Amino acid sequence: MAGRVITITSGKGGVGKTTAVANLAAALALQGKRVVAIDSDVGLRNLDVVMGLENRIVYDLVDVVEGQCRLRQALIRDKRLAELYLLPAAQTRNKSDVTPEDMKRVGQQLKEDFDFVLVDSPAGIEQGFRNALAPADEVIVITTPEVSAVRDADRVIGLLEAEDRGEPHLILNRLKPQMVKRGDMMSVSDVLEILSVSLLGIVPEDEYIVISTNRGEPAVLAGSAKNNAARAYGNIAKRLLGYDVPFMVVEEEAGFLDRLFRFVRQKDVDYQARK
Amino acid sequence: MNASVAIKGTKSGLVVTLAEGPSLDSVVAELTGRLKQGAAFFADARLTLNVGLRPVTAAEWQGLRDLLLSHGVTLQSVIATSEAGRQGARAAGLAVISPVTAAQMTRAESRSPAAAREEHNGMLIKRTLRSGVSIRHPSHVVLLGDLHAGAEIIAGGDIVVWGALRGIAHAGALGDETAGIYALHLAPTQLRIAGHVARPPELTGDQSWPEAARVQDGQIVVEAWSRAK
Repeated sequence: MAGRVITITSGKGGVGKTTAVANLAAALALQGKRVVAIDSDVGLRNLDVVMGLENRIVYDLVDVVEGQCRLRQALIRDKRLAELYLLPAAQTRNKSDVTPEDMKRVGQQLKEDFDFVLVDSPAGIEQGFRNALAPADEVIVITTPEVSAVRDADRVIGLLEAEDRGEPHLILNRLKPQMVKRGDMMSVSDVLEILSVSLLGIVPEDEYIVISTNRGEPAVLAGSAKNNAARAYGNIAKRLLGYDVPFMVVEEEAGFLDRLFRFVRQKDVDYQARK
Repeated sequence: MNASVAIKGTKSGLVVTLAEGPSLDSVVAELTGRLKQGAAFFADARLTLNVGLRPVTAAEWQGLRDLLLSHGVTLQSVIATSEAGRQGARAAGLAVISPVTAAQMTRAESRSPAAAREEHNGMLIKRTLRSGVSIRHPSHVVLLGDLHAGAEIIAGGDIVVWGALRGIAHAGALGDETAGIYALHLAPTQLRIAGHVARPPELTGDQSWPEAARVQDGQIVVEAWSRAK
């Protein structure tokens, strides 16, 4: 059976697309699936850095598209997980060097060999976005719980609806429950009320993401003991595989000791997906 | 109202029909007047020009295109039922709509006073309009859904939003100051009626009752909707 091509996009820049692609790809590979992640951000490639594979790039997406090499040659196997591969973008070219048709062809080819093809989209709604969208069977929209990101996500969802791309799923990234409690940050329901799409996952704000990015090691590989974001990505991967996993919320419990030691406990909460 | 220029909103967009009888100069004069009067409505609009049987030459087509362009309007395509008119349009580099499609677009179209009535057909939209969507219609627009922030409705007539109005609504955009904007939940980015513009006050209470916006004494006034009015 052919694999699933999933494009992860957002509209807004910096909300966590690349981090999500790296972590979901790793999480799916950890579940035993064959996964390839494609960086379609030609000219501003990041996925290779986040996965720690930048030193291994010989050929890239543009080389494949221009026929300078075979697709297989451009795929870089992850240094930790045998079934995880990366197709990097080119850094010295730009987005007009790849067309939506090129992307469709690459997606078709990769689908035959992989269970999951995750496409990291650039920010924006122009050529790069169109390229990333072209091969997609499914789309995931990522947003953070703040006004401008949600506005851009709404625009993107509107574009997807207009192109009859089916309904995208939403990942709400970098949520800070304490700020939501204080009324300083949009809540999950606030975001769902505006966007009206089904929720795929909630990823809490986690300092570890900065560390994992700098190390070039996706957070999910470090295990989820104290790593809430990793646990969230793991849950999302399971949901993509069809499992029913309750949404996780990180709450800080206020208690006597907590004021001294700031314990963090995890609670699983069921969110009704708002349509 | 002179019926030699009729503006209609169809599923394929705006169609402006020029009556076949009067001289081209008089029709152009009226078109110019209508463009000026509805400046806000026509800014950045795209439309199809229907000249019916009138044999418009290439030079005349170019003149029409330039006139529209000078008011910010792009002439997207043309409908011409005479061979001369179609040839002229092609020579001027314009896209000509095929007769079959043209018939669908101008169905029930006539040069009679009934055409003026056609113009007043409202548009009913049964979905939520997301950020980035722009709806332009020469008469009334009723939206069964929400108007998200970043979306806009520009109507020659009234605007009724059976949902939350969070975007921009411009009623009476062709110059009608009596037009109104009505919403179950009025929380707009901006309201405009004819030439008037209004911003929501800084501390907007989140009203949970329907409200109406109309021009009173030279400015836009928002009131709770009451059937007694």
